[in-house]
Amino acid sequence: MVMDDLAVQAVGVHKLYGDFHVLRGIDLEVRRGQVVVVVGPSGSGKSTLLRCLNHLETIQRGRIRVCGELVGYRETARGLVELRDAEVARHRRRIGMVFQQFNLFPHLTAEGNISAGPVHVLGEPRERAADEARRLLALVGLPEKAQAYPAQLSGGQQQRVAIARALAMRPEVMLFDEPTSALDPEMISEVLDVMTALSRQGMTMLVVTHEMGFARAVAHRVVFVDEGRVVEDTPPAEFFSRPRTDRGRAFLDKILH
Amino acid sequence: MAGWDWAAFQKYLLNPYLLEGAWTTVWLSVAVMAIGLALGLTAALLRLSRHRVLRDVARFYIWLMRGTPLLVQLIIIYTGLPQLGIRLTVIQSALIGLGLNEGAYLAEIIRAGILSVPRGQFDAARAVGMPYRTMLRVVILPQAARVIIPPLGNNFNGLLKTTSLASVISLEELLRRSQMLIQLEFKVLEIFIVAACYYLALTTLWGLVQRRLEAHFGRPYGPVAGRPSRAIEGALLEQDAR
Repeated sequence: MVMDDLAVQAVGVHKLYGDFHVLRGIDLEVRRGQVVVVVGPSGSGKSTLLRCLNHLETIQRGRIRVCGELVGYRETARGLVELRDAEVARHRRRIGMVFQQFNLFPHLTAEGNISAGPVHVLGEPRERAADEARRLLALVGLPEKAQAYPAQLSGGQQQRVAIARALAMRPEVMLFDEPTSALDPEMISEVLDVMTALSRQGMTMLVVTHEMGFARAVAHRVVFVDEGRVVEDTPPAEFFSRPRTDRGRAFLDKILH
Repeated sequence: MAGWDWAAFQKYLLNPYLLEGAWTTVWLSVAVMAIGLALGLTAALLRLSRHRVLRDVARFYIWLMRGTPLLVQLIIIYTGLPQLGIRLTVIQSALIGLGLNEGAYLAEIIRAGILSVPRGQFDAARAVGMPYRTMLRVVILPQAARVIIPPLGNNFNGLLKTTSLASVISLEELLRRSQMLIQLEFKVLEIFIVAACYYLALTTLWGLVQRRLEAHFGRPYGPVAGRPSRAIEGALLEQDAR
């Protein structure tokens, strides 16, 4: 029962790029329906952590479970063994991801971007996937853009399509990797509004962001990561008013002034 | 000296025997391109593989095919292999020889096309749960196609003419038929000029097809940067006039 409640569970996760030790034993748990904002200085490993959660990166030690199931690996007597591509792909279906640079498929329309997963991965009929894509476009406030190509959309619109694309797979967890960092200032709120609405509907979300207003208003917890470790894990009100560590305080001083 | 014979030139321009040879050139080129694309895609993917052995296999194939003359390859396949008990027809030899050779060149073009697709596209495709093959088919190759088609078209243009090498193993394509007709009728210049005209017509036709292909794959990316649309240009000119 307690296990079922956990959408994401990372235990002692280590990640190395060659000799560079990015993640140095990350422990993190996210319950279903929770919104967790991950903050930390650049290079602290926030984005790498998200990319490990859906196995876009391998890990060298530790365990990552999403909804109770190991992601990308199989447990054996000798430790973790990486799964075959098709099995990893199946694990990723339940984890939606939104990227800093949107990464929409430029050769497909907004509708095509959203329905690509349902059609080509889940094998849904095109007609139904297209209907669902239009419903999701309405949800992110872009009902009239179904036939637009990414090149014809603003950054904020592209990011909202990217959110719809991730939602089309009906994920259990959504990962947001600095979703507003590449946007012009006037487009940030339209994306944050969609994310806020999503959290109200009970979506489990892990968000790497520098938008402290969003963290304050929407997050259940703020996780402060520094040098590859979780340094603080507290409710936002507490983190912003009384950070427990010197490093947390130093970080807040830098970004709030 | 006989001089140039216009009447003969015009007569050979619609000669069914030569036209048939031109048709052979066309279908041979298309078939070789199809074989080359299959081999080239395979070799390109092997070259990009995580496994060293697979990369080396592809590298060896490309090295061998690009490092020896096509003419020698064709002669070895048709004239040399029977010595080992492998007897191939003229057409089989031409398809194998030209196809293997074309595949090696296309492999590098296709590899460059795949490498031109930004890493974020691979991430995004994986993140929506696409396995490798689906990712290639739905996301990567359609984008690579935009980069691949100009050099690929260049290769096909070359291939239309390179098939004439198959004449040395007596495949009756356009050049071979021209030579055979000349042996009967002695109109050397007229007949070769007709053959040249056919080649020119085929490559021109292909140029048109290629332009349409490029337009098709470029469409989602909007109008070519730097060139204003007619309507806007007109409006600006009108403003200037006032």
